Amino acid sequence: MGRYLVRRLLQLVPVFIGTTFLIYWLVWSVPGDPFAGKCGDRGCPPNYRAMMTEKYHLDDSIWVQYASYMKNLFQGDFGITFGGREISDIIATSYPNTLKLAVVALAIEAIIGLGAGVLTGLRRNGFLDNLVLVSSLFLIALPVFVIGFVLQWFLGVKWGIITPTVSNEMRFSELIVPGFVLGSASSAYIARVARTSIAENRRADYVRTAIAKGLPMRRVVGVHLLRNSLIPVVTLLGTDLGALMGGAIITEGIFGINGIGRQVLRAIVTKESATVVGIVVVLVLVYLIMNLLVDLLYAALDPRIRYE
Amino acid sequence: MRVSKRASGALAVGAALALVASGCSSGNDDGGDASASKDGAIVIDGTQPENPLVPANTTETGGGKIIDWVWSGLVEYPNNGGAPQNLLAESIETSDSKVFKIKIKQNTKFHDGTTVKAESFVKAWNWAAYGPNGAQNASFFSDIQGFADTYTEDPDGPDGPKKPEEPKAKELSGLKVIDDWNFEVTLSAPTAVFPTKLGYSAFMPLPDAFFATTPAEFGKKPIGNGPVKLVSWQDDVELKLTRFDDYSLRDKMKIKDVTVKIYQDDTAAYNDLLAGNLDFQQQVPVSSLAGDKWKTDLGERAIQTTIPSSGIIAFPIYDKRFQNKDLRRAISLSINRQEVTDKIFFGNRKPADSWANPLTPGAEPGNCTACKFDPTEAKRLLQQAGGFQGKLTLSYNADASHKEWMEAVAQQIKTNLNIDAVAVGVPTFAVFRANINSYKMTGMYRAGWQQDYPDVENWINPLYVTGGSSNDGKYSNPQVDALAKEASAAPSLEEAHKKFAEAVKLIDQDVPTVPIYFSGEQSGHSEKIKKIELTNVGELDITSVEL
Repeated sequence: MGRYLVRRLLQLVPVFIGTTFLIYWLVWSVPGDPFAGKCGDRGCPPNYRAMMTEKYHLDDSIWVQYASYMKNLFQGDFGITFGGREISDIIATSYPNTLKLAVVALAIEAIIGLGAGVLTGLRRNGFLDNLVLVSSLFLIALPVFVIGFVLQWFLGVKWGIITPTVSNEMRFSELIVPGFVLGSASSAYIARVARTSIAENRRADYVRTAIAKGLPMRRVVGVHLLRNSLIPVVTLLGTDLGALMGGAIITEGIFGINGIGRQVLRAIVTKESATVVGIVVVLVLVYLIMNLLVDLLYAALDPRIRYE
Repeated sequence: MRVSKRASGALAVGAALALVASGCSSGNDDGGDASASKDGAIVIDGTQPENPLVPANTTETGGGKIIDWVWSGLVEYPNNGGAPQNLLAESIETSDSKVFKIKIKQNTKFHDGTTVKAESFVKAWNWAAYGPNGAQNASFFSDIQGFADTYTEDPDGPDGPKKPEEPKAKELSGLKVIDDWNFEVTLSAPTAVFPTKLGYSAFMPLPDAFFATTPAEFGKKPIGNGPVKLVSWQDDVELKLTRFDDYSLRDKMKIKDVTVKIYQDDTAAYNDLLAGNLDFQQQVPVSSLAGDKWKTDLGERAIQTTIPSSGIIAFPIYDKRFQNKDLRRAISLSINRQEVTDKIFFGNRKPADSWANPLTPGAEPGNCTACKFDPTEAKRLLQQAGGFQGKLTLSYNADASHKEWMEAVAQQIKTNLNIDAVAVGVPTFAVFRANINSYKMTGMYRAGWQQDYPDVENWINPLYVTGGSSNDGKYSNPQVDALAKEASAAPSLEEAHKKFAEAVKLIDQDVPTVPIYFSGEQSGHSEKIKKIELTNVGELDITSVEL
């Protein structure tokens, strides 16, 4: 177990360096120069450009730029934006917001997805099964922004049940609707995966044995069936956290949440490589760690899986 | 000009029903309840300022409007778009439009309690004009004597390896402090419009506190001298402003607190406005304009106003194919502007019929004869010019809503002139501007112009004079240059305007660009606000708000 963990952690290093360089290179190769659109139709004065070019080493080669960026990064310096803000500040304020939203979304999709999956997996081809099938197809087919705008319009503007945008305090109650919007498509996937998994294991030998032993149904489903059927669901949920954080940009925009989505978009448009890389680096770390956690969870769920 | 930085719909979609003066007030003119106003607070929409708030370094609307509220300048532009009036200036005197004696009102205060003195202006302007400080608005000081010594140009262009050399002087030789309340400005050449420029944010005074710290530090918590002061600024979330009780120029704020909430999406702001969580939105989203939905939604709280900004399509005159003026005129005459504004903008913008926006002092409505729709004459001129070979591209930046109207224009040129015209979207404004700035355009392209200060001069010198800061198509007519030079140096504004009118007549013959529409603005406010006015450029006049 310990050796496995160390090996996995060591694998993070090349992945980390590779992704950061790729991202740096991609942003660097976006066409256009960062000052072309910055000062409007008039263009930036040459002295301003000269000052900024020198300050941000924009005339160095990509290798030099990347090397100096990494050097600063390892000293804990994420750099500053063209507007003079510390990128570490931006990360520190926007990440918790996105993380909060993603966790709420994850919780909602786990509850809805698992609930629907278990119910339909146990009673296949019934009315409920068909209802869930149709509604999950519907959720998957609807783009996130449609769900977002429709819910915001009806719940927020028409009926006044929620405030249309999320306040700066990011209260839990305000995040339920955005969380549902963000997690809606995933919850449909989870429902379907859980349903298949439960339905398959329903006929497994150990379930039949458990029923034959006369265990109450609640225990058969809750302990034996569910635990074994959870593996694909956990994989989906674990990798989804990263996807939710990276993909929250539309939801954040609709509900006015100050998250990483807007920061990345702004930075890409203005060619601020340092900001993009800084935010994405943390996102990459989230992905890697979540994947590791999922792998470790397998062992807890299925005693047959052991790591060496 | 300032440029809007909102991610969606970066340019305001305009409405201008009547080309009367802007700055209209809402349906209810009775004014509000004085006691409700006194401690009242409102929430309005905004975008994150791109840079720390230093007046001479702000060129975008998000920070620009905060600067306009937090600072008061020597002159102000009335909400109705008329000629500028003295604000902080007691008097601005000149006999030759070259040397200006400026006397300021005594004992007005900065927000930190220090007094605004003549020196506050001179030091601020010297800072902005000193090249190595890299102020984005430095070029506004180029009229003043000694600018060439404080601001050196990059010898081989911005992309070349050489850096601009160290300037010879640290201060403008044309600025002289006489005493605490008087200073003298000497320009390098007579410029009648100089006093008008003084209301632009680049010319605001700075307190001593600015020079004791770095611009970046100062700009996070700026100290101005306007009717409202900044309390706090939380990046990407909100800016909190409150009334400055020691303000003694013109109107004080009637309400107390203003929160500028930062939105990344204008639809989110609009929904907050409808739900009563937001009190003012300067520009409602494009989606709410179709079928006049915003008017149904807001009723009496909808404000339609005109702003001094025009949509233009420009020619790259450095390209041989566009050097024949008959061809340029033919293209301009083949465009049915009325149809474009009616069908694409639902009548919310007005077809352009003059070279300068008609809201501007000195502009003459209807002086663009090339802006008429005359397909027969267009065909005749095209033939006379020998036709047009190949494909005619009309480029626009696809990150804002320009696709529809650019395509409509291309279609009209195609139908009326049989030219293979096609609208081409360039992904981002940055790439689009990079191509324009490096003179690499091979077809016509979208341009826009919003005035910096209300005078016709601002619509001619930067756009149509050889070497003008935004003359991107390299249009050059020595007669226009000579007339514009005479006009700029005229001893009075009236004479300047007369000369500019002559220059415009020549421009109208050459058709260096194709004006298409005049912009407007559609704003909305909450039920809480009983009285509200907009400034000449369509920003909220913060001192007018009553609850």
